[in-house]
Amino acid sequence: MKSLEELKAIRERMQGQLGMREEGEDQTRVVVGMATCGIAAGARPVLNKFAELVQERGIKNTIVTQTGCIGICRFEPIVEIYEPGKPKVTYVHMDAEKAEEVVTRHLQGGQVVKEYVIPATISVPSK
Amino acid sequence: MYRAHVLVCGGTGCASSGSGKIQDTFKEQLEEKGLSNEVAIVQTGCHGLCALGPIVVVYPEGTFYSQVTPEDVPEIVAEHLLKGRIVERLVYKEEDEDDGSVKSYNDTDFAKKQHRVALRNCGVINPENIDEYIGTRGYEALGKVLTEMTPEQVIDVVLASGLRGRGGAGFPTGRKWQLARNLVQDGGPKYVCCNADEGDPGAFMDRSVLEGDPHVVLEAMTIAGYAIGANQGFIYVRAEYPIAVERLGIAIKQAREYGLLGKNIFDSGFDFDIELRLGAGAFVCGEETALMTSIEGKRGEPRPRPPFPAVAGLFQRPTILNNVETWANIPQIILNGPEWFASMGTEKSKGTKVFALGGKINNTGLVEIPMGTTLREVVEDIGGGVPNGKKFKAAQTGGPSGGCIPAEHYDVPIDYDNLLAIGSMMGSGGLIVMDEDNCMVDIAKFFLEFTVDESCGKCTPCRIGTKRMYEILDRITKGQGTLEDLDRLEELGKYIKDNALCGLGQTAPNPVLSTLRYFRDEYVAHVVDKKCPAGVCKALLSYSIDPAKCKGCTLCARNCPAGCISGKVKEPHVIDQSKCLKCGACMDNCRFGAISKG
Repeated sequence: MKSLEELKAIRERMQGQLGMREEGEDQTRVVVGMATCGIAAGARPVLNKFAELVQERGIKNTIVTQTGCIGICRFEPIVEIYEPGKPKVTYVHMDAEKAEEVVTRHLQGGQVVKEYVIPATISVPSK
Repeated sequence: MYRAHVLVCGGTGCASSGSGKIQDTFKEQLEEKGLSNEVAIVQTGCHGLCALGPIVVVYPEGTFYSQVTPEDVPEIVAEHLLKGRIVERLVYKEEDEDDGSVKSYNDTDFAKKQHRVALRNCGVINPENIDEYIGTRGYEALGKVLTEMTPEQVIDVVLASGLRGRGGAGFPTGRKWQLARNLVQDGGPKYVCCNADEGDPGAFMDRSVLEGDPHVVLEAMTIAGYAIGANQGFIYVRAEYPIAVERLGIAIKQAREYGLLGKNIFDSGFDFDIELRLGAGAFVCGEETALMTSIEGKRGEPRPRPPFPAVAGLFQRPTILNNVETWANIPQIILNGPEWFASMGTEKSKGTKVFALGGKINNTGLVEIPMGTTLREVVEDIGGGVPNGKKFKAAQTGGPSGGCIPAEHYDVPIDYDNLLAIGSMMGSGGLIVMDEDNCMVDIAKFFLEFTVDESCGKCTPCRIGTKRMYEILDRITKGQGTLEDLDRLEELGKYIKDNALCGLGQTAPNPVLSTLRYFRDEYVAHVVDKKCPAGVCKALLSYSIDPAKCKGCTLCARNCPAGCISGKVKEPHVIDQSKCLKCGACMDNCRFGAISKG
């Protein structure tokens, strides 16, 4: 290594990864439902996609984490995004492609991706 | 890319309670569940809560698991890492809120009042991976120094920060550098040394920095090399710290591969390299002149100062020697500026200090506090207080060179000058807490026995003086002391302080003098009443059975190794004092509280 630029390149690459080990009040949390229902519906690739993109794109103050059953199993895989000072957004029936779209449009662009948000009224299927 | 990091503490404390096996089990379990590509296992340095080790922290949640066993690992993997359900029963208990929720580790009493500067990377990064150090702004300070600053500017920054030597004596670090730069300017070699020969009983601050963040020492030494005009550094580390030695070796190798040590660093034309020297376990080699003599390949004995190392140190050349913790502060002072550092602490003691908490305290471990924090806050809030409802009696700081701080000074803000004023010293940072069951004469004797053993023998006051003091103390603990002995101890102690050759001898009487100052009544009790109030000194103890409480169950008699208890079943028993070994087995076994000592 002969220059500060090389040092900086390593630092930036590592900061994306080490960012996971920071704890703060002003963090955005991306929470993926990973109970049996979620895993069966394909939550793992969704979780991994989020984790990968957040680090790769160096999105600051954002952690990707998992939770248990959210209780509406027929909508799995479910992803909830908590941003400080904003109402929680719940995305349903997610997959890896949709995850990438949410990262680009929501986490980076600041716009809720309305198409994937849980329907306002949950209709109970008739017997 | 990993979605979760499992940090397993690999410091000496956690390693000795089995963290190596835990890492292996995590590896197996993750593989079995097919999570190896999603979850990273990271071996880190010390978190500080050694009493509750082995420690495992899972990110991104920041869940702090304590006292983890290999048997717990499958559950953590299956529940937490696979399904996202925190394993509540293993979470550090201070994190549990009454309402069942879990608060952040940073909000616990142990973590809240701490301020980690020297320890900032310990427990956070993998010490064997230089990239992780660089990821937390590592080597950025070195880059800044070599490309933007003159050596004089570097020294000015360190001076302005107010940093003082963390080895215990508290000499201003910037001043030391300035002398080494300016006093001799003949173009010959100069040296930078790191004192990692941490030998105080109960101290493990430096070990934890070396194990958890070895690169910070390399970076700081290189900065100092540039500042004073040296091209060679030596780290003198005890051979008893095998993990620290191994990680330093790895760090030096990685730094050389990256060109952060070696020729023409950052294309600045500046060359610097560092070598390790292992100490063979002599306490005196932590004294600066003895340390340098030892590096030279000679018997580790101190030499008179002046000349000071800044003029004629290692190989008779200008040398600076700083302690590990001092080094650990340097890169951040460069990056954040001297004002930032000087904003922490008290008027004359800036920054933070790391303490190793030991003895009668709940949270045995490593803490870093801003200077000026009171002893009460350290012991009660961060340390979790004295166990078993016992009362705090005193804290010993500075190891064999320091003294005891009694409860009456519980609220004194800790800094260099305050501790000196009350007869102790900062020392390197060992802090041993004592409760009402500790005998202060016995404590003084313990430390003096240590210095008698470790005295190198070069000068008479230390070699013979400490031995005589020890003999007097030994007499007192056996009930054979006189009141004149107490005066003799004081006189001899003052003489040794004034006349010994090096720091070891000059400070050796401190444990005796400070206990005499604050606990003279305990000494008098040993001498006049032939009693040890704390019930420690065996020769002054006697066990007796209260006939009114004794039920004659025979349990004490059956457990007495000396067979000195007699009595019939269902009748009060009696101890034969002439045969009693004072082991206390009878008292431990009595179910009726009939046996007392005094």
